[in-house]
Amino acid sequence: MEIGLSHYLTVAAIVFTLGVFGIFLNRKNVIIILMSIEMMLLAVNLNLIAFSVYLNDLVGQVFAMIILTVAAAEAAIGLAILVVYFRNRGSIRVEDINMMKG
Amino acid sequence: MIVQSIAFYVFSAVLVASCLMVISARNPVHSVLFLILAFFQAAGLAVILGAEFLAMTLIIVYVGAVAVLFLFVVMMLDINFRELRGGFMRHAPLGGLVGLILLAELTAVFTAWTFSPEAASLAAAPTPDVLKVTNTEALGRLLYTQYIYLFQACGIVLLVAMIGAIVLTLRSREGVRKQNVGAQLSRSRSEAMAIRKVPTGEGV
Repeated sequence: MEIGLSHYLTVAAIVFTLGVFGIFLNRKNVIIILMSIEMMLLAVNLNLIAFSVYLNDLVGQVFAMIILTVAAAEAAIGLAILVVYFRNRGSIRVEDINMMKG
Repeated sequence: MIVQSIAFYVFSAVLVASCLMVISARNPVHSVLFLILAFFQAAGLAVILGAEFLAMTLIIVYVGAVAVLFLFVVMMLDINFRELRGGFMRHAPLGGLVGLILLAELTAVFTAWTFSPEAASLAAAPTPDVLKVTNTEALGRLLYTQYIYLFQACGIVLLVAMIGAIVLTLRSREGVRKQNVGAQLSRSRSEAMAIRKVPTGEGV
């Protein structure tokens, strides 16, 4: 049974879908939403690596490293915002984040 | 080849299962730990694909930095997670519907699709022979020559993120007596001490 590109793409699609589902499921918990975003970025990375290997082109792996960088930066900033928000409001409920609403 | 197939199925099964646990675990600490497991499985898949360097980077960056950061925040903030679980099942049907549609669309794209014949000749940077040049070396050669500006831009992104995180979380608290190093160092002998001649028997 040969493992082809479509196998990897399917696994990445399932992981991506689980990330989207997680955002819907945990509407109130920002931490889990951030983790879901990380899962989606991981799925995209898997896609890029699989395409890079099966197309024999290294650029895909360079792109995957850039996504890795952006994911790390996003997690750092997101969690910093979360910590500041918790310090000000004492909760991280997503529904409470409406102070800027006109 | 059969070992490779078995490894692929094991890694992907554990990956999907741990992703499922990330979004459904009751305790966020368990979520983070399952996220770490998911990253390890993804690194395993990358190793099977032959992208060793990215697999190791995935472990170092995601497990070593991102997941530990998540764990730190989850444990540092005193949050009532029980309360945050409310309405968990209320959004499940809508989320499940969106997820199913997305998955169906993605699989439809993946199945009805092939490489065009000239795709192989269009590679921007063809992978060199693995037996001659290792994956890490090939990636380094590409990254430090052709994509050096992209590499530098990544550094800028990380720098901005670092400064942003520090600026966001740094706070100056009121009523804290802190050492003022500048004032201490700028004192001179003339203002810090005085020499008096005290007459005997009279005092200061």
